[in-house]
Order: sequence, then structure tokens, then C-alpha cells
Amino acid sequence: MTHLNQSDASFAAEIFPQLVLAIPFVFVLVLYGIAAMASGRKHTQWPVYRTVCWVLGVLLAILSVAGPLADRAHSDFSAHMISHLFLGMLAPLLMALGYPVTLMLRSLSVPLARRVSKVLRSRISQILTNPIFASFLNIGGLWLVYTTDLYSLMHESILLHLIVHFHVFLAGYLFTVSIVYFDPIPHRIPFISRAIVLVAALAGHGILSKYIYANPPAGVPAAQAELGSMIMYYGGDAVDILLIFLFCLQWYRSGVNWKWQELKHRNHA
Amino acid sequence: MSAETNPNRSAFLARNIWSGVLFGIGLAAFMDETIFHQLLRWHHFYDKSTTDIGLISDGLFHAFSWFATIGGLFLFADLRRKKALCLMRWWGGMLLGAGGFQLYDGTIQHKLMQIHQIRYVENVFLYDLVWNIIALFMIIVGGALIIRAGRKQRERAVSHDPS
Repeated sequence: MTHLNQSDASFAAEIFPQLVLAIPFVFVLVLYGIAAMASGRKHTQWPVYRTVCWVLGVLLAILSVAGPLADRAHSDFSAHMISHLFLGMLAPLLMALGYPVTLMLRSLSVPLARRVSKVLRSRISQILTNPIFASFLNIGGLWLVYTTDLYSLMHESILLHLIVHFHVFLAGYLFTVSIVYFDPIPHRIPFISRAIVLVAALAGHGILSKYIYANPPAGVPAAQAELGSMIMYYGGDAVDILLIFLFCLQWYRSGVNWKWQELKHRNHA
Repeated sequence: MSAETNPNRSAFLARNIWSGVLFGIGLAAFMDETIFHQLLRWHHFYDKSTTDIGLISDGLFHAFSWFATIGGLFLFADLRRKKALCLMRWWGGMLLGAGGFQLYDGTIQHKLMQIHQIRYVENVFLYDLVWNIIALFMIIVGGALIIRAGRKQRERAVSHDPS
């Protein structure tokens, strides 16, 4: 009887939240596969590298919310940081490289696709994909988790745990697609503005990493906080290289120049 | 330079310097990180005397230099593509950027904001001195290169002038 109760308790505390977090990712993984195959038959073949990026991204996200890494993240701050780097940075970037919205628009019937593109053009989508708004959601959310009691509270409340993890992923994804444009995005913002927001957001991430080094979140031993802080700092840098490279590559390919010279001429004229 | 150059080359003169400056800042910050933080382990990741403003300055410069390294190289590629590259100007900008960053790091960030010292030894003053003299040297050479490139440009403009 006690044994049963114990396993019930562990189910409620560990397995249940892991399942809730993992199921949406499994769902989109299957959906993407079906859409890629179906639209490949209808139109030209869906690029393999996009599918590979999507699958890798989703697997990384699942790895960070369920299984051994997620188990360890409860007690080990370094494991927590690695899982958050995956969930909030690398998985969103890889998934964005899967061009999910493009695939969706290609797979849906014309009237449905029209409705989706109407949603994309809506005011709400404009606010959500604004780089400044997305940066506040993303980096601001992180500051909230690590500098308030939220970090220790989310280990006690399952609901908070779920909200924080979904938020980390969604904010990370919104931030990524608000800075680097892969899928069609109707409300576009010039490169130079996005570059400034990107640098500010990366700085916010770096500053928070070093802040954690000196001010561990409640319940985290100093040594773990120091290691976790460095994982966050340098791990963040590693993903940022990719993000910055893709951003600059798009600038290079677009052939758009900084219009400083032209602006100067116009101002003089 | 090759015979084939962009007719609007003069419109990109400033961009040659900017591309160099950005890459220079990035390179100096990258070398600071790899050589002094990781390999020699002279610099510390965090120093207990770091001020809040030091933390913010360090974070901003770290993020900016990361972006500048990659962005500066893409600007370089763009100048090459447009056949508007002027290497002397670019090198001048690079030395200016690297020296400028190192001087800022060595005076304001290390000393004023106390983010960390060059090395945790007694005679750190000597290290500071060498550090900042090298920075000044890079700034002077970089500035001289840019001025020289400008003078050469004017001479060429005069000799090409039909009047």
C-alpha cells in the first residue's frame, strides 16, 4: 500500500508534468511529418534539411522537459541550465529553421490558409513578433525566474513549473522569429533596428548570467550557481553565434545596405 | 587595387573604416576571452569588487563584440562584392577598433568599474601599463593608416582630374 502511494506521489510530482510538457512537442512533431509528406506529394518535395532541423529541435525540446536531464534539473542547477539553453534557445532556433508556418500554409486548403495568413497579419501578431516585445517576454521572463522567489516556487508548484517551462520555450521561439525572418512575417522591421534589439537582448542574458554567479537563486548552493552561471553565459554565446550568423547572412543576401550615405546626401539636399 | 573598382567607391569609404572598427572590437574582445580568460586564466569570470555598472558595461560590450565580429566580416564581404574594398582603410579601422576597445577595457572597465584585474598579482600596475600602451599604439597606428589612405586618395583624385 505504501509502495503504491509512493509511486502515486512520484507520478504526480515528476512524471505527470513531464508528460504534459512533452505531449505538445510530440504532437507537433507528428503533425509536421504528416504535413511534409502530404504537401510533398501535392507540390514539390519539402526540403529535407528543414525537416531535419525541425526534428532535431523538437527532440531537444523533449529532452529538456522529460527524461533523465529533466529529472536531474530538479536537484542540479547545471542540468537545469543546460535544459533551459536547449528549451529556450537552441530548440526554438532549430524549429524556426524548419519553416513551420510556410509548411502549414502550403498544406492547408486555400480558404483555411487565407484565414491563417489573416491571423499572421493581425494586430496581435504584430505585437507578439515585435522584437522589443519578444525580448522583454524572453529576457524579462528569465530575470523574473532567477531574481525572485519564482525559481524555488516553481519546484513546489506543478502549475508554476508548467507555466514557466512553456513560457521559456514560447518566448524563446517568438524572440528567434522576431529577430531572424524565416517564415513569412508581414510586419517587418529594418535590419539595423533588429540588430540593436538583438545586442541589447544578448547583453541582458549575459548580465543575468554573471548576476546569478554572485547572487544564487534561493535554494541553489554557491558552487552550483557559479557553474550554472558559466554554462548560461558561454552556452548562450554558442547559440548566439548561430543566431547572429544567420541574421547577418540574411542581411548580406538581401543586398540591403546601411543607408547612411544616402541618408547623409538626402539631409544635405 | 585591381583595375575593376566600383565607380561609387568613394561612397563606401566610411564603411571600410566601420567594417574594420567592428571587426577590431570583436577581435580584441575575442582574444581577451580566449587568451586571458580561458588559456592563461589571468582574468576572472567575476570579481567580488565588480560594480553594478561594470556588470552592465561588460554585458553590453560582450554582446556587442560578439555581434561586431560576425557583422564586421559580413560588411567586409559586402565591400568585396561591391568592389569597394580599401584595405589600408580597413586595417586602420581594425586597429582603431581593437585599440579603442582595449583602452576602454584597460582603463574604465578594469580600473574604474573594477570588473576584474588583468592578473591577480602584486605589481598589477606594470600589467596595466603594458596593456594600455599597446592599446594606445594600436590607436595611433590605426589613425595614421586612415589618414594616409585619405591623403593617397586625394593625390589620386588630383592626378586623375582632367582640369
